[in-house]
Amino acid sequence: MNAAVLPQPAARPMKLVCPAGTPPALKAAVDNGADDVYLGFKDETNARNFAGLNFDDRSLREGIDYAHRKGAQVLVALNTYPQPESWRKWQAAVNRAASLGVDAIIVADAGLLAYAAKAHPQLRLHLSVQGSATSHEAINFYHERFGIRRAVLPRVLSVEQAEKVIARTPVEIEVFGFGSLSIMVEGRCALSSYATGESPNTHGGCSPAKAIRWQQRPDALESRLGGVLIDRFGAEDHPGYPTLCRGRFVVNGDTYYPFEEPTSLNTLELLPRLQAMGVAAIKIEGRQRSPVYVETVTRVWREALDACFRDRERFRVKPAWQDALAGISEGHQCTLGAYHRPWK
Amino acid sequence: MKLSLGPLLYYWPRESVLDFYRQAASWPVDTVYLGETVCSRRRELKLSDWIAIGEALAGAGKEVVLSTYELIESDADLRTMHAVVANAAFRVEANDMAAVRALAGNVPFVAGPFLNVYNAATLSLLAELGAVRWVAPVELSREGIAAVVAEGPAGIETEVFAYGRLPLAVSARCFTARYNNLTKDHCEFRCIEHPDGLALDTQDGQHFLVLNGVQTQSAAVQNLAPEIGPARAAGVGMLRLSPQSTRMGEVVAVFREAADGALSVEETAARLAPLMPAAACDGYWHGKPGIVSEWGRAHERVPQAESHA
Repeated sequence: MNAAVLPQPAARPMKLVCPAGTPPALKAAVDNGADDVYLGFKDETNARNFAGLNFDDRSLREGIDYAHRKGAQVLVALNTYPQPESWRKWQAAVNRAASLGVDAIIVADAGLLAYAAKAHPQLRLHLSVQGSATSHEAINFYHERFGIRRAVLPRVLSVEQAEKVIARTPVEIEVFGFGSLSIMVEGRCALSSYATGESPNTHGGCSPAKAIRWQQRPDALESRLGGVLIDRFGAEDHPGYPTLCRGRFVVNGDTYYPFEEPTSLNTLELLPRLQAMGVAAIKIEGRQRSPVYVETVTRVWREALDACFRDRERFRVKPAWQDALAGISEGHQCTLGAYHRPWK
Repeated sequence: MKLSLGPLLYYWPRESVLDFYRQAASWPVDTVYLGETVCSRRRELKLSDWIAIGEALAGAGKEVVLSTYELIESDADLRTMHAVVANAAFRVEANDMAAVRALAGNVPFVAGPFLNVYNAATLSLLAELGAVRWVAPVELSREGIAAVVAEGPAGIETEVFAYGRLPLAVSARCFTARYNNLTKDHCEFRCIEHPDGLALDTQDGQHFLVLNGVQTQSAAVQNLAPEIGPARAAGVGMLRLSPQSTRMGEVVAVFREAADGALSVEETAARLAPLMPAAACDGYWHGKPGIVSEWGRAHERVPQAESHA
């Protein structure tokens, strides 16, 4: 990248927003330099509603104390769509988050944002990536109606498009930097519920574990989701979690990955550009991942963000960072995803 | 029960589109949704063409609604959305919040199926902003729809996706281009070769999905024709029928007769079966995985018991 064309240096470093599925992961994030830690309650009010994950009131209170003592903030994801029969559960989750003193809630549903803005006017609101706001006009809608302070951009836009969004909204923009890459627009994918009855929008999870079946056949290992064959693995393959959009299917006789290869998003090399264009925060995906993952990814990204902020023009991605991240990536391959236009 | 023709989700040659809507003028539908909702690269018809089609349909007594993009990425997409919103002739279906913002407080609009209205609070908000009709997300069950209607604002009309391949997901990436080893920006407009989408099967031969450019659809055809009574009871006022390339007029006719009570549910299902490009599904409506056919399960003869008898 030609440093001479970069705009003036940013006044503040980009915030590092790290995932925590458990208290040890929260501690790992905070100890390794996360500015914000995001997490969810133990139910379908968040989009990583998996067994053994997430926080109850007590562990959240302790987590907030720990984070605040070390200068980090805690964001609670309430980023699924309240279902008609259980609206009160989402409403109660907003109230719980507010009363526990979280620093912000991350919300997708417009009705829930309206409720939170009215019932807790002091509570900072972030628009979740599940809100599918892909333009400054959509983001400004949420700003004007509910006073959202930050929006997470869906992994849809190229760098040029994201830059235009940032220039035309007063809302802080958070982008995904690293982690499992969703090929579909967040908040706009019902593939999982088509096969299993449960989707991120409705139940807070894609390709739920209870719908998965592994079966060893004489010639291959098969993975099924809701009974639908997602992939077949031979001896040389690395069987991955049977997420629908990462399966191998047949189109006109060709068997291939019609949606995407199993890869991870990694935007380290874009950091100077992201900083220059005014990105407020970089999000790391992976609330379902281990404390070791959180520790590694937080450490690497903290170092990279600091290096970029110190001297954007001389910023270079260190091989040691890439090695560390490659070791914890899904599929062990990295991509710039939609930020890089030809990927589309 | 009113019937609507949903927006054309596929990319057809211009003449096919014009011909389709010439025929539709005489079909017994109350409302016709027009315009490109899936991909901004599809330009066989311009907005002025859609408006001309709309005028002809309005002349034939149809309510005409122009639909906006399901996904907005670029400034050009925003400009197109604003041009649709600014059209002086017809009501608009908003399919993202940028469109809602442009319409809010100015003119009555339809809250489209991609706005993610899963609860009465969100529906109330949209009604306050001017929505006079909402289209339920495909995932929402009959029970869920009934609850939203019961708790939601009075007077707003409820529409459900009652017939056609379900639009399940949208992406920045074009899967039809990817199949052809092309990028989206140089896609050669290959979608035009697949008037009902590009079929995707599992490795063991199950017809599973259909690729429609950046959109992914179900291979199975949602069919709620046998559910018109329960739909009415749930508060549904309009059934959306999604265009397919062949025999659409016959599909509409069966739905009209069924809605008028002229056909039994068994007759309805039997009349529709040969008109559908693939097997039926209705799982979402019943609170099950969308791919399931509860009708099929309930009406299957018990093959083993009979064939081995």
